[in-house]
Amino acid sequence: MISLNWVRDYVDIEKEDLHELAVKITKAGVNVEAVLDKHISHLVIGKIVECLPHSNSDHLHVCQVDVGSEVVQIVCGAPNARVGIKVIVALPGAVLPGNFEIKAGSIRGEESNGMLCALFELGVEEKTEENYAKGIHEVEESIEVGSDANVYLGTEDVLYELDVHKHRNNDCYYHIGFAYEIACILNKKVTLPDIGHKEILENVNDFIHISVETDKCPYYLAKCVRNVVIKESPAFIKKRLISAGMRPINNVVDISNYVMLEFGQPLHFFDKDALGDTIVVRNAKNDERIETLDHVERVLNEKDLVITDGSQPVCIAGVMGGLTTEVENTTKTILIESAIFDAVSIRNTASRLNLKSEASIRYGKGLNYEYTKMAIERACHLLEQYADASVLCGVVQHDKVEKDEKVVTFTTEEVNSLLGITLTNLDVKTELQRLDFPYEEKENSFVVTIPRRRLDIDANVNDIAEEIGRLYGYHNLVSTLPRVLIRRGEYKGDVKIRKEISKMLRSLGLNECKTYTLTSPEMASHFCYDEKESMVLPNPMSVDKSVIRTSILPSLLNVYDYNKARNVKDIFLYEIGKTYDKEYNEEAKVALLIKGNYMVNEWQQVFVKADFYLLKGLVSSLLDYLGFKNRYSFVKEEILDLHPGMSAAILLDRQKIGVIGRVHPSLKKEEVYVCEFSMKVLYDAKIKPIKFKEASKYPEIVKDVAFVVSNEIDSEMIKNVIRRNGKRILDDVEVFDLYPNISLGKKSIAYKLVFKDSTRTLEEEEVMGVFYGIIEAVTKEFGAELRDK
Amino acid sequence: MKEKVENLLNEAKEKLNNANSLKEVMDLKVLYLGKKGPVNELTTHLKELSSEEKKEFGKSLNNLKTTLSSLFEEKIKYYEEKELNEKLTSEQIDITLPGVHVPIGVPNILEKLIEEVEEVFLSMGYDVVDGPEIEEDKFNFELLNIPKGHPARDAQDTFYLEGEEILLRSQTSPVQIRTMLENGGTTPVRMICPGKTYRRDADDATHSHQFMQIEGLLVDKNISLSDLKGTFDVIVKKLFGESCETRFRPSYYQFTEPSVETDISCFVCKGKGCSLCKNTGWITVSGAGMVHPNVLRNCGYDPSVWSGFAFGFGAERLAMLKYGITDIRTFYQMDLREIEAFNRKDVD
Repeated sequence: MISLNWVRDYVDIEKEDLHELAVKITKAGVNVEAVLDKHISHLVIGKIVECLPHSNSDHLHVCQVDVGSEVVQIVCGAPNARVGIKVIVALPGAVLPGNFEIKAGSIRGEESNGMLCALFELGVEEKTEENYAKGIHEVEESIEVGSDANVYLGTEDVLYELDVHKHRNNDCYYHIGFAYEIACILNKKVTLPDIGHKEILENVNDFIHISVETDKCPYYLAKCVRNVVIKESPAFIKKRLISAGMRPINNVVDISNYVMLEFGQPLHFFDKDALGDTIVVRNAKNDERIETLDHVERVLNEKDLVITDGSQPVCIAGVMGGLTTEVENTTKTILIESAIFDAVSIRNTASRLNLKSEASIRYGKGLNYEYTKMAIERACHLLEQYADASVLCGVVQHDKVEKDEKVVTFTTEEVNSLLGITLTNLDVKTELQRLDFPYEEKENSFVVTIPRRRLDIDANVNDIAEEIGRLYGYHNLVSTLPRVLIRRGEYKGDVKIRKEISKMLRSLGLNECKTYTLTSPEMASHFCYDEKESMVLPNPMSVDKSVIRTSILPSLLNVYDYNKARNVKDIFLYEIGKTYDKEYNEEAKVALLIKGNYMVNEWQQVFVKADFYLLKGLVSSLLDYLGFKNRYSFVKEEILDLHPGMSAAILLDRQKIGVIGRVHPSLKKEEVYVCEFSMKVLYDAKIKPIKFKEASKYPEIVKDVAFVVSNEIDSEMIKNVIRRNGKRILDDVEVFDLYPNISLGKKSIAYKLVFKDSTRTLEEEEVMGVFYGIIEAVTKEFGAELRDK
Repeated sequence: MKEKVENLLNEAKEKLNNANSLKEVMDLKVLYLGKKGPVNELTTHLKELSSEEKKEFGKSLNNLKTTLSSLFEEKIKYYEEKELNEKLTSEQIDITLPGVHVPIGVPNILEKLIEEVEEVFLSMGYDVVDGPEIEEDKFNFELLNIPKGHPARDAQDTFYLEGEEILLRSQTSPVQIRTMLENGGTTPVRMICPGKTYRRDADDATHSHQFMQIEGLLVDKNISLSDLKGTFDVIVKKLFGESCETRFRPSYYQFTEPSVETDISCFVCKGKGCSLCKNTGWITVSGAGMVHPNVLRNCGYDPSVWSGFAFGFGAERLAMLKYGITDIRTFYQMDLREIEAFNRKDVD
């Protein structure tokens, strides 16, 4: 939260419309999320100089009120209205909260030119019965009649609520930093606050010795003040802290917060008498303990930084002070610490201890050592002014801070080409001046030194282009298209086959799912048919998302359950996704799930139901489409979590690529069929180009034959024997009829055999010869009998 | 003779008039015009006549034949049509009965959106590239100018699998890094890489631990921020309509400099202000910027020669905006009752 009254100390914004300014700031890259303006115009302090009862009312008063410039008549109903009190007067033209506009008028025949206000009517207090009963607000006698009541109420300030990107929340979350941002937008200069103060002859170095035994504290400054008087802060400090969202406590604590909100540099005040004469900054020891200001004992480890008095920790560096050296009402001597600690270390400690504070957040973002120094002087200035402190001369310091300047050399042309605009050297000069970045011109280029307050800017031309660009205004950029070679974009790697599979499956009526890669151990324990070991997250968010899946099927079953619970009856799903095993081996898989009616027309009694053969057909269509016709097969296999009598391996070029079958009834009672296969294998397998094949000019001869065989004989076994004995003229063979249990333990299975030769007309005799040969072979191989002899 | 011919004609006409079916007509036709019919029989008398009479009689005989033929044909046609019409009437069906339900599969909403985006970028010469979801720290962070210790990679954001080295990718940017490294700093790059990403967010209506990004990258010579703006114009107009406009605002990302946030003009209120755009007239859809010189250098491209832009959309966000979806879980729950509406083409 930024107080614009505070910012006014550093940059001239007197003539600015603060709402418009907020828009300008936002356009330039710092997002002002809200402008909080509590100011009410036409609101003055007045004094009741006459108060008579209203002739037409039993409770109204007719008051003559001195508002400085004149005396006005106002009708008022408050019981506490009386002569002599000072009040807050809303004159005609004032608009009170709730869009309540004050107008001149008359009340029961008496002229009334305004309203005497209660605090709840001004939005300063809540509207409660209690506050209502208090009547109008009585202002202290010391407040001047005719003065702006907003100043008295503290409603004269305007606040900006910022939502700043990470990189700028370093310099934009303190008032001087934000003043620089406003200054560059308005092309004005920043005036820094007064850090001057008197110093007594005693030197702090004679009273405290400091040693830093860690590389995580590059900069540590300490100064000492004496004879401190702890009391209430002056009004301006209190008001500003409240505006910025901090609670005033006493002058000393408030000053440390005040300086932090000015310079972004957190300070820590130790009670010097309680501290002793030694400060050692070091890493904590494992299991070291400290009771912090909030009366909680904290257990530290060697990654935390502590300030110690030589033996005991007195402060968790950058995070929270210890109780033993706390500044109390009796404190007389204060040691002021202004330091820089390793940002990552502070972040880690604060987050581990759950102690995020205004200070730790600022340490965690990194600090500008110039302000570390100024802040400690500023604190001395304020303590001298408002806590009657005497400042000891000298500074105790540890200084290993990196002081290299960030310098960047660039040309206007480079900036123009990055942004696609046409600035001149003069334009660039103007922008650099606005930014208050010191620069030199060398030949045709600029040499710029990045100010330390801008920790976010690196020494390269892109960073400079960004600063210039945001002031130039990105909304002023004119759209162009890149001037690059014309080419056709491509799907790279397996993306293309993924798209093709997806499109085909959608055409076949399956709905595409996208489910979570992370599953529960329970889900991951199913469909482990490829015997891969799963990767379990070392530090999961929750148990149900703790395992990286090796199969998509459990997730599809989840989608199935979700829809079933919502009374969806026909569920046809697929998903293509990547799976990983414990060794991070990646395998993209295609998974299908079907249940219910695929094609229906009830009144026609048309029902194509989801069963093994539908799924097999869908998969076959897909594989055919992908160019694998005659290269795949389904081989009976018992598979974990599938019905042992209705499951198979899917083979491509005799290699197992996946599984298909009915979900085991112990998992799902309903008839749910699933299959899953590797997409990787399909991507790796080569296919042949399409070639035209002329339809045969010669007629084909069709023969039917039905065998009675034992139930255990699969159709494919017989088909293979038929094929083997087809003597080159058997063109196609397919099952066309099946009678299970035609006699005890036997079934009848009928095949249609198509004979064809693309070079000649076949003789009936020749065909019959082959046909009989086939029958003989099948009979012999399977003990089969012909159904019709 | 003449009389005979006339009688014959009248007789046939009368019989034809009395015929009641196609079959009767066909029979009559055979009866009169057949080989053994009366017309043929009359022809046999021709040779008995003088040549003068022959000529005259022959003519009238021919006339008789043609007249009869056309009479029969006319009648046959009439009955054929009548029979066909009767057959058609009897075959009439109730066309208001429902047709067979032939399924149409639905794309996942995110994929549908991604495919639309891909189409635009493919046409502008961008490849569509995929990459691993389990990534190395260096591709996911380090080479992207996000060194160890940077707040963006705090443990609460990323699913680490092995120390701070192996992780579930928290963004699709590593695919860009891999692509740049493959091109070795010598050839231009134009690619998008839609894909799944993972962050440690508890799932609710607006957060998902798994989500999809559509990131893109162009590296070439003399590429500017204005080119990025032009490219954005093309894609948002395709997704949200021709009247959709783009606005850049300054922003910050580790791997781009300058960085921008991209707003589109609100397609609901057309900029007047509504609840979707929170009365601003603009909706944020993307983060983007000029590829950071460190990133170019990390991937072998000399920033003094090469420049480029990178951008990233959240697929969920785009889809939520485009289709008015308010709960991010919609995409992953797959309520078939809800997504059925997506089984069709959208407006062009």
